[in-house]
Amino acid sequence: MSQTNDAFTKAVPVEGDSAVSVRNVSKNYGPVEALKNLSLEFPRGQLTSLLGPSGCGKTTLLKIIAGLLEPTSGEIEIDGKIITSPGPDRAFVFQDFALLPWASVIRNVAFGLELRGVAKSEREAIAEKYIKNVGLSGFEKAYPHELSGGMRQRVGLARALSVDAQVLLLDEPFSAVDEQNRRKFQEDMLELVRQENKTFIFVTHSIEEAVYVSDQIAILLPRPSRVSEIIRPQSFRGTGIENIRRSPEYLDIVDEIWASLRNYVE
Amino acid sequence: MNRSLALKLLSAAIVFGAWEIAGRVPVSYAFPTFLESMHALVVMTFDGSIFTAYAETLKPLVIGVAISAFFGIIIGLWVGLSSRFEWLFSPIFVVMQAAPLAALIPILVMAYGIGLTSKVFVVCIMAMPVIVLNTASAVRNTPASIKDMGKSFMATDRDIILKIIIPAASPVIFSGLRLGISAGFIGAILSELKITPTGVGDIITYSRSIADYPSMYAAIFSIIVLAVLFLNLLERTENYLFEGNNRGYVSD
Amino acid sequence: MTVYGYRLPGMSSLLLWALLWEIVGRTGWTFFIPPLSDVFITLFDVIGTPAFLKAMYETAYAFFAGVFFAVIIGIPVGILIGKSRLLDELILPWVNIFLSAPLTALVPVLMVLFGFGMKSIIITTTLFAIWIIILNSRAGVKQINRSLVDMARSFGASPVDAFFKIYFWAALPEILGGVRIGVVRAVKGVIIGQLLISIVGFGALFELYSNNFMMEHFWAVLIVLFAVAFTMSEFLAYLERRVSYYAASR
Repeated sequence: MSQTNDAFTKAVPVEGDSAVSVRNVSKNYGPVEALKNLSLEFPRGQLTSLLGPSGCGKTTLLKIIAGLLEPTSGEIEIDGKIITSPGPDRAFVFQDFALLPWASVIRNVAFGLELRGVAKSEREAIAEKYIKNVGLSGFEKAYPHELSGGMRQRVGLARALSVDAQVLLLDEPFSAVDEQNRRKFQEDMLELVRQENKTFIFVTHSIEEAVYVSDQIAILLPRPSRVSEIIRPQSFRGTGIENIRRSPEYLDIVDEIWASLRNYVE
Repeated sequence: MNRSLALKLLSAAIVFGAWEIAGRVPVSYAFPTFLESMHALVVMTFDGSIFTAYAETLKPLVIGVAISAFFGIIIGLWVGLSSRFEWLFSPIFVVMQAAPLAALIPILVMAYGIGLTSKVFVVCIMAMPVIVLNTASAVRNTPASIKDMGKSFMATDRDIILKIIIPAASPVIFSGLRLGISAGFIGAILSELKITPTGVGDIITYSRSIADYPSMYAAIFSIIVLAVLFLNLLERTENYLFEGNNRGYVSD
Repeated sequence: MTVYGYRLPGMSSLLLWALLWEIVGRTGWTFFIPPLSDVFITLFDVIGTPAFLKAMYETAYAFFAGVFFAVIIGIPVGILIGKSRLLDELILPWVNIFLSAPLTALVPVLMVLFGFGMKSIIITTTLFAIWIIILNSRAGVKQINRSLVDMARSFGASPVDAFFKIYFWAALPEILGGVRIGVVRAVKGVIIGQLLISIVGFGALFELYSNNFMMEHFWAVLIVLFAVAFTMSEFLAYLERRVSYYAASR
């Protein structure tokens, strides 16, 4: 029971405009085609997941959107402008946290602002607010090596939120975190998307994670990388975190996605 | 007293005890006992001669290491950051690292005489390669992840170098400095024994020439002890300053 | 670095430096730096001469003897202290001390105890090389997977069999690494020994040539020495690579 047809008739364009448009993007590494002619729209104010097996190019696509990689052809448009390099409109959350090990939590969170030349007192005030937001109050002066994996990623998240970018890019943010923390993060993610008026692009290889947090799931398949389906879960969005994992639609979608992806597992 | 400390003391006792016995046997007419050597050391300490000697010996060492550290780190940073520079200069330092540079000492003496200058030169050629190579390697091996992070927050190149690469490379640079000082020490002693005896090298050669073996051994013992203590201290400082650095990059 | 899309090989800048040497030499800026071509001509002239061959022989003899002792004493000692905690705690502090100590300071002691001849030079060479060999052999033994040890015992291997068929190979990559660094240090040791103790071998040639301002000869011999040291180091690196295929997955 594929939702693809439903998705295309109902979803495009459903909630207003696209914050990010990917148009015919290709990326080649020598003879290897990591991405081939990929097009995708990311609706404003919502969380879209890029889900797929390893090698499908999802992280490559995310980095191209971030401006960390250049596409071989094609373009990325954000708010009407074609982008080619990192900008204040986007913030990135890294899979391995990418914290400065020699800096305290508050300096790490304020680092994005520091690079923009914001004055120290101002940026630390902003940083403190987001440290509280992600639940790390009291740890401002701690150092990364004193924190657990889950806490370190909260620092990374706070840092990305502090620069107040319109688009938040998350590269498998919870894959290096233990299971319990991961679940908590997923719940927090739903709350975050609801609260903040930002567009989220979320790369993951976990089917359940994608179906749990996303407003829209784009399934990518490898060799060559392409979007095979776009799924928009309906019934359990906004029903409260406790009920999602038992919702019949949730379970159906997870099964369906697995059925189509299992052939691609090496 | 914990086991580790007890065993270390036992180990020292065994070695010094063996020294004492070997001296009494005697293994050779030129082999004083441990106690005789320690006595000579105490004498030299109290009459101040050992301090003046070290002041003399440390001069080329300190100057040479300072120069090597300053230029070595700068060159190392450049080599690490620029692939052109690396292609051009890295082989030179690799060759210098592996080659027995001691062979160049006679040339240096011919070119710069037997004074402080050639000794400083000797310390420099021994210390610089390892400092340059360590610094370059540390810079090149900065995790791509935090460099990307800097770029994603639109850091300028200057910011990335000053705020990310250099702090990240500091532990290895420091460790390179430690190795450089160690090599420089060898250079300093070598130049005193070979070029012209001054300082501690003078105590060694002079005592040997008048067959005052306890003093000779005492001087050598003091060199080894001092070198080891100092380098150990550096290592502790290194661990203290940078203990957090190698953890916390990723999920450990 | 790439030029017009072609990757230049690693050490190729040395060719550029050689060219620079040639040019500087020809300008006659300092007599310490003769043209590189003259050095090479002298090199080929000198290599066959009896004086050179004698020096080569003396140095090689001291070097190989020194390395030989460093290896046959160092590897077993390293393995022993890697396996026995007691011996480790007694001996390791000394290994670390002598690893970082300026060994040059010990040379006068050797001269006084063992005389001014080949014996002292060989001992100097051994001393320079042995500590890193011990340390690396110890590391190689220490990282042997517990499972391999259990496997050996569960299949009833005798201690000799266990050592030669399992432990030795498991520790080999680290041991080879240690020997390679030890060899480089041994070259420094043999030269320092020759400079300080008794002027034989290459040390004698260096003294002779520098005293008589025969700079082409000096550099020629120095280049030969560097080349030999480099070749040996690369050969050992090659051996290391041959066993490294299993190093990462132990």
